[in-house]
Amino acid sequence: MANFYNDNPDLKHHLSHPLMEKIVELKERQYADAEAYDYAPMNFDDAMDNYDKVLEIVGEISGDIIAENAENVDHQGPRVENNRVIYADGTAQNLEVCRKAGLMGMSMPRRYGGLNFPITPYIMAADIVSRADAGFENLWGLQDCAETIYEFADEDQKQRYITRVCQGETMSMDLTEPDAGSDLQSVMLKATQKEDGSWVLNGVKRFITNGDSDIHLVLARSEEGTKDGRGLSMFIYDKRNGGVNVRRIENKMGIKGSPTCELVYKDAPAELCGSRRLGLIKYVMALMNGARLGIAAQSVGISEAAYREALAYAKDRKQFGKAIIEFPAVSEILSVMKGKLDASRSLLYECSRFVDMYKVYEDIAKERSLTADEKAEMKKYSRLADAFTPLAKGLSSEFCNQNAYDSIQIHGGSGFMKDYACERIYRDARITSIYEGTTQLQVVAAIRHVTTGTYLNYIRDCEAMNVAPEDQAIKEMLIGLTNQYADAVAAVDACKEPGYIDFMARRLVEMAGHIIMSYLLLGDAQRTANFRTSLNVYAKYAQSEVSKHIEFINKFNVEQLANYIIKD
Amino acid sequence: MSLNIIVLAKQVPDTRNVGKDAMKEDGTINRAVLPAIFNPEDLNALEQALKLKDLYPGTKITILTMGPARAAEIIREGMYRGADGGIVLSDRAFAGADTLATSYALSAAVKKIGEYDMIIGGRQAIDGDTAQVGPQVAEKLGLPQVTYAEDIIEVVDGKATIKRRIESGVETVKAPLPLVVTVNGSADECRPRNAKAIQKYKYAAVPSEVADNESQKALIEKRPYLAIGEWNAAFVDADLEQCGLAGSPTKVKGIENVVFTAKEARCVGNNDQELEDLIKELIVNHTIG
Repeated sequence: MANFYNDNPDLKHHLSHPLMEKIVELKERQYADAEAYDYAPMNFDDAMDNYDKVLEIVGEISGDIIAENAENVDHQGPRVENNRVIYADGTAQNLEVCRKAGLMGMSMPRRYGGLNFPITPYIMAADIVSRADAGFENLWGLQDCAETIYEFADEDQKQRYITRVCQGETMSMDLTEPDAGSDLQSVMLKATQKEDGSWVLNGVKRFITNGDSDIHLVLARSEEGTKDGRGLSMFIYDKRNGGVNVRRIENKMGIKGSPTCELVYKDAPAELCGSRRLGLIKYVMALMNGARLGIAAQSVGISEAAYREALAYAKDRKQFGKAIIEFPAVSEILSVMKGKLDASRSLLYECSRFVDMYKVYEDIAKERSLTADEKAEMKKYSRLADAFTPLAKGLSSEFCNQNAYDSIQIHGGSGFMKDYACERIYRDARITSIYEGTTQLQVVAAIRHVTTGTYLNYIRDCEAMNVAPEDQAIKEMLIGLTNQYADAVAAVDACKEPGYIDFMARRLVEMAGHIIMSYLLLGDAQRTANFRTSLNVYAKYAQSEVSKHIEFINKFNVEQLANYIIKD
Repeated sequence: MSLNIIVLAKQVPDTRNVGKDAMKEDGTINRAVLPAIFNPEDLNALEQALKLKDLYPGTKITILTMGPARAAEIIREGMYRGADGGIVLSDRAFAGADTLATSYALSAAVKKIGEYDMIIGGRQAIDGDTAQVGPQVAEKLGLPQVTYAEDIIEVVDGKATIKRRIESGVETVKAPLPLVVTVNGSADECRPRNAKAIQKYKYAAVPSEVADNESQKALIEKRPYLAIGEWNAAFVDADLEQCGLAGSPTKVKGIENVVFTAKEARCVGNNDQELEDLIKELIVNHTIG
């Protein structure tokens, strides 16, 4: 009888952020659907109440069913029979329950059978589901792919496919190949156009999450003779048509309930989605941004699970005559875990609101032309979303790994055994900083927002925040850190040594992240006093981390770069 | 083919997570500290009705409950899961009813509803544990009854095929409509609340819940599917002598608190014979079985 939404007041805090009013009003087009759909909200409060009620369903299913199934799913895992994936029993039950609860196609418009939720409450659902079972989040969360169909496919395709996703059919995004992982430009899967204009796909894909899904988005080479990203197009493959077999599934370290497939395409009929040649350069980029936000949510959900397991154990476990939580060494670990959890969650929802803002304007722009003000806002939020997505994905996935590590540490020897959930959480956490772009690739995406000042401008805007007198000292400390950060960026930028900025990029991005998350917690504490402890703990942590990086950068001699290049 | 199904449900105090203040000094339930929930086996019953609705589209499910106006909450809960609507049978005259008076009132309401093919209820409620109301309703209406049902498999040619849990195993029976079915807790769990349904029906209410809320009242008028029925004794033509306390012959003779304490320990040898003897002894004295 657990409800993973109701038992976590932090979620309601983030859901009720002041920017939501604008997001919801735009998303609902001044509540125009209320007459046409019996489940559409009539006003802002009504809409927020809807999100709250639906998240309560998500919380109940996550607590009572998905979390309860997690251990068995981890042990049983999926299997392949006759080239098809058979899910673990618990996975099949989870999916069925989510279907019946109508939790598929949550962000899709009502005319396709969706709930028309903004990204923020949808991401909150992903956060909640991930706490229950990170592996299941992958299957459920792949409904994200419908977003790509909605944005780029033609109306007929939207009618045929999005409606099916809303009814509960699953999706996959078939991008990676044996020789095309981080470097998707090398994708070789061949798309051939037949004389009647239709397409068939031939080749192999690897590491495809939920690769036996009902509806696939496939990146394939449509332009013969090309070698780079400009020869790739996006296709929709419908499993009902046949032509794709699952050759094997990977035996993974974690997220074992989520089948990772090797797929063989043999004259598989497919439909072009959008325009030729834009597959990688436009559509996959959009798809990946959505997926990265999803992984950020997954990371936060895993962090939450790791923290709760550790906290419960530390209260329960007695040594030397008292609960171990009473020992400062243990208590400090827990405080920092909570600080990182709260910081990464704040960053997640700040990012999801930015995504909501620019996407809703993009969508409105399909119906009417935007005013100059609206265009400026769209541009502003689009840039912020672009800057915050890699930051959220990169940092929250690293924090989730750290929290999973610390959760085991709190459990001591018992945590190393298979008896406690923390060891599964530890294995599940490990992939978050790898897939949908490694942390190193998130740094590559984020560094330009260090050098062009997106982060710094955002941080400087935060300085206008009115804070309670008791938080004034933290704010002043953060202003000081920001000055140091700005100086470090200028210094690194001024150095023209090739490779120098790439070498320092991780440090600069982390610094920006620490300062931003501290400010976000500062804002949280102004709205909800409960965040003040995490604010204090995290700001202290940020201070020490930023200082460490400053020290490294200031004392670094460019000639030392050579020491970091492995030659043989 | 489509069916008219009435689901009998009860709002009960959640006795599954009982704290030490759950009972009052006089041994009665302290309803104030226990959250009111949908009686668990009535949810199993609702799931059977919903499965029939999946099987026979157009099937209409009406939830009938007796209780105060706030019992409308379980009707909303049912609507979030797929029921079409419901009725709260509410009257001071129904207060203090035992199973006989309850089944009388419910059967009067069922007669008022008029059209029905099947009445499905949970085997028993967790606050009384009598399992009498379902069978009594059947008797009062002169209908056949199938108790301890685990699965209502299908309805063909006016006959329902039902799997029921009996002591020695499982029995599959056929029974003609209309009939009363009581469903066991071992049947399928009820499906979750649905995201669209909860948004659609969250403003559903009985008239007395919205007496002071003009905007909700107006909304219910505009959207009739949001109206939950609120019927009193007069409306269902109930004989007041047979209702509530007046119609309840059950008298509580006494209530005692039973506290289990360990009195003696017995060691049993770790071999098949001694274990078998122990099991037999426990079966004979009804500790297990």
